[in-house]
Amino acid sequence: MGTAIAFYILAALILTGGVLVITAKSAVHSVVWLVGTIIAIAALYVVQHAEFLAVIQVLVYAGGIVVLYLFVVMLVNLKRPAEAIVHPQRRERTGLLLGGALLAQFAAVAFYAFNSPQVGTAATYSARGNVEAVARALYVEYLVPFEVASVLLLVAMVGAIVLARRDA
Amino acid sequence: MIDMVVIPVFKMLVVITAVLSAVAYMVLLERKVQAWVQVRLGPMRVGPHGVLQPIADVLKLITKEDVRPASADRFLFTLAPILVVVPALIVFAVVPFGTSTTMFGKEISLYITDLDIGLLYIVSVASIGLYGLILGGWASNSKYPLLSSLRASAQIVSYEVAVTMTLVSLIVTAGSLSLVEIVKAQEAHGVWYVFIQPVAFVIFVIGALAETNRAPFDLPEAEQELVGGFHTEYSGMRFALFFLAEYTNMIVVSAVGVTMFLGGWLAPFSSVSWLAWLGLVPGWVWFSLKTFLLLSLFLWIRATLPRYRYDQLMRLGWKVLIPLALVNLAVSAVLKVLL
Repeated sequence: MGTAIAFYILAALILTGGVLVITAKSAVHSVVWLVGTIIAIAALYVVQHAEFLAVIQVLVYAGGIVVLYLFVVMLVNLKRPAEAIVHPQRRERTGLLLGGALLAQFAAVAFYAFNSPQVGTAATYSARGNVEAVARALYVEYLVPFEVASVLLLVAMVGAIVLARRDA
Repeated sequence: MIDMVVIPVFKMLVVITAVLSAVAYMVLLERKVQAWVQVRLGPMRVGPHGVLQPIADVLKLITKEDVRPASADRFLFTLAPILVVVPALIVFAVVPFGTSTTMFGKEISLYITDLDIGLLYIVSVASIGLYGLILGGWASNSKYPLLSSLRASAQIVSYEVAVTMTLVSLIVTAGSLSLVEIVKAQEAHGVWYVFIQPVAFVIFVIGALAETNRAPFDLPEAEQELVGGFHTEYSGMRFALFFLAEYTNMIVVSAVGVTMFLGGWLAPFSSVSWLAWLGLVPGWVWFSLKTFLLLSLFLWIRATLPRYRYDQLMRLGWKVLIPLALVNLAVSAVLKVLL
């Protein structure tokens, strides 16, 4: 019962935050609402007994990535006149297309999650300890995908450095 | 009901009250220590030797007019001081002041909660406080606060890497992320981790100075270049909140340092038999004493060392401390496996 109430309150907060990210007039306000949304999602993880995930969510997204967004948004003046947008219809169409793709993806994940057998509930994981459960999944059960993903990130990082150095 | 609501709320009230009064007296202590180093007397008028000065200061700050610049962003200008103070205070939820005590026939633990990811909680909550600094400087719509907040956030982000890396090597040594377990591991090893991880301790202290924007790394507040820092446009109670957060953060890093490196609530010299009577002193007294010593070190450094230049600060962070912390982590991981 308590979990359900917490879930609905947090879900309302997340959705409100998400809408405000899009509708805020100033880009800096958007970023602030984004931080609020991320923290609310972290709270949702806590309700699901995934404390480790929640802390990492705050640390990586709210504390790291969005700070860099904020730097960029603050230093680049994003106020441009309305006539600078050339094709308003094209923007709308692209938005609809991307939104639809995202919705389809969510639906696919939800469908897959409902139909696949339960691997472990939150209770079994929290009994073993959150950190241990995540570590076991990452470094034992899914070691190869994890390493592939890290190599991918490394390639992206090296690529960014190469691109930035070209004109230097 | 009593265990779930009354005791935690009571503990929170005690901790917040203690922290806030500690902050008020930290300000006085800082002024006094600086005065003594510079052969002055410091505040002397309010009460004997100025001991009531903090109360006068607080009254002044509360009653002052709260000025908001006309071109400031109203929403973020209000939000920024709150975003700085709240993370600084909620970090204390996982700091263990002692093991437990008996009160009214009930066993009460001397920490608000013991998370099994306590250290990660501290690091992640502390990283939220950064938004207050950045947004405060931006929302003032004034150039010096903006420059200062950029400096502050670049500095904090850089030194966060080195500090977190030292904490990771501590985790490797202790084998736990819970602060209570880390102190218990030091008890079981029979030695404080400052003696096992001296390099990590040095990096931690330097990084802590930089992360709290304290001298010699107080570049965000360099008066000669930047007027007064990211809170230049703030006045009255909102300014007081920034001030409060700065000193609370000092207490936070000292308390974390004591817990991680200096044995938390443990009495010193536990292995020396004729000093065993030191164990009779309650743990929270040792904890407060050690935290006080670390804080005094901060004040001493501020009164002694000149300020770094910005490029020197960045070089020290990225080219010295981070590689050193990485090597330290690798060495402690290898030793952990071999020994």
